[in-house]
Amino acid sequence: MGTTIVEKIFSRKCGKDIRAGEVVMAPIDGAMIHDITGPLAIQKFYEMGGTKVFDPRRVIMLFDHQIPADSINAANNHVYMRAFAKEQEIHNYDIKEGVCHQVVLEKGRTGPGEIIVGADSHTCMYGAAGAFATGIGSTDMGFVLKFGALYFKVPETIRAEVSGKFQKRVGPKDLILAIAADIGADGATYQAIEFCGKTIGKMDMAGRMTCCNMAIEMGAKAGIVAPDKVTWEYMKGRRKMKPFVLESDEDASFVQKKTYNVSNMEPQVAVPHNVDTGVPVSKVAGTHIDQIFIGSCTNGRFEDLKEAADVLGKREVNPNVRVLIIPASRDEYLKTLKAGLIEKFVKAGALVEAPCCGPCMGGSFGLLAPGEVSLSTSNRNFKGRQGSTDAKVYLCSPATAAASAITGEITDPREV
Amino acid sequence: MMAKQKSVSVRKVVRNNPAATKNARVWKFGDNIDTDAIIPGRFLTINNPDELATHCFEGTRDEFAKKVNEGDIVVGGRNFGCGSSREHAPLAFIGAGVRIVIAQSFARIFFRNSINVGVLPVVCKDADRIADGAKITLNIRAGYLEADGDRFAIEPVPEFMQGIIDAGGLVEYAKKLKEAPTCTR
Repeated sequence: MGTTIVEKIFSRKCGKDIRAGEVVMAPIDGAMIHDITGPLAIQKFYEMGGTKVFDPRRVIMLFDHQIPADSINAANNHVYMRAFAKEQEIHNYDIKEGVCHQVVLEKGRTGPGEIIVGADSHTCMYGAAGAFATGIGSTDMGFVLKFGALYFKVPETIRAEVSGKFQKRVGPKDLILAIAADIGADGATYQAIEFCGKTIGKMDMAGRMTCCNMAIEMGAKAGIVAPDKVTWEYMKGRRKMKPFVLESDEDASFVQKKTYNVSNMEPQVAVPHNVDTGVPVSKVAGTHIDQIFIGSCTNGRFEDLKEAADVLGKREVNPNVRVLIIPASRDEYLKTLKAGLIEKFVKAGALVEAPCCGPCMGGSFGLLAPGEVSLSTSNRNFKGRQGSTDAKVYLCSPATAAASAITGEITDPREV
Repeated sequence: MMAKQKSVSVRKVVRNNPAATKNARVWKFGDNIDTDAIIPGRFLTINNPDELATHCFEGTRDEFAKKVNEGDIVVGGRNFGCGSSREHAPLAFIGAGVRIVIAQSFARIFFRNSINVGVLPVVCKDADRIADGAKITLNIRAGYLEADGDRFAIEPVPEFMQGIIDAGGLVEYAKKLKEAPTCTR
């Protein structure tokens, strides 16, 4: 019996055959903390008797949720973390680089075959680079900071094989919303989801990140794409690694095998208040929108913003809707800037903000009033996620968001 | 600057069983209760459990923070604690005096966070049959609970988590370790 890519990663790390279901204390290659969950993790590290972190070079620190500090409490948390970084000689990206998950990948802080944890649920995004990456809480992170290791129950894997060619204006976000609707909000709890097949093979890193990012929305511990040419090309100049083969065996034991074909897929929209409620855009077209957010770790990359700009064309934002565009990182911001898209967005009437989590976390800015409706390229539409619990959040792709920005209502991007 | 937290151990929760010894009541919730509902994003700059508790379920069930009593139990349906990894969610429960959460199933990160900080997550496949306001007694060792006289089976905690519970939570567990016994050895 062969093994899954996840079993292979744990087996490589442990130097022995490890199978799904086994509980292992695995060494950690990287640990990410940000301004929301970091202060508690540091506090736990000290409570555990920690004095020096396991390896400062493997700890990634940055602030992205509440930047620039939006309250004195937030400023205090930043101060507390900066002091820890200084004391422990950890490189702190501070408020300067953008959303944690984008920064970890683009700065080459993880790579294929590695085990990396982050004190944030969307850490599963690094699976796009062939890493086993999972989100943990602050106390677990305190343990990791002290010991450089953590207990894992090695997960079983759902294999999602994707074939077909996307229609124009349909893409990875539509695919992952459709997969979430199929698997369900808890359909992959304690499991990993491996995305594979011809469509994934042809997908760029940005799209793979979008897919892996949302594995958690099905309860998954990790999302992963086996490293291939696209992955290794991305790693070049980011992380010194020699390409190697890392993939599930064909005769590996998968808990489920799913197949999806994207050829006839419509743009998808997840309706309030759960992520697994994706429906074809035609079912909700015409829904009035008050605010549109294009950004986040899920869809704030240059590729996403380019797609939005292409849909927008020379048109302006509808006067009845406010549009917030936030590149996911400084690098993505610069790419967008150099391509002339920032000017285009601003001229169209959108607000372009500096890289950060923005309205996705519902605590910093861009909050919704009772009765308001948001259309967002982010990853969660829970009740109250972006402000009032009497507001509504719909999730969609950058193309659908841009099309809806023109009309002020949910709009099929293939029709504008 | 960082508020010192109450030291809570799940071991004590199991031993003392606050539900059995007090006039504890059930706060019943449905499926897919996410951590944004338990503690909204705008309160995450707070790290103190007592302060977090004043905002627990704000906007979702406003009476909770006002009326919750020490030893009360939160009961949910499927996928309790899904979404964000924020440990502020179980910490808000601690501040509110809730030490036990019962659900048909739990989201993975919340389940681990709860045990780590001293909230006991109890899996009961019949949790949907427990009524709001019910009086509950738990018999964790015998593997059942009684809600308003009805007896329902509960599942044991996974074996590897039991070690952490026995130690009194992950902080206590970690204090005793000189180094982590990794799989590489």
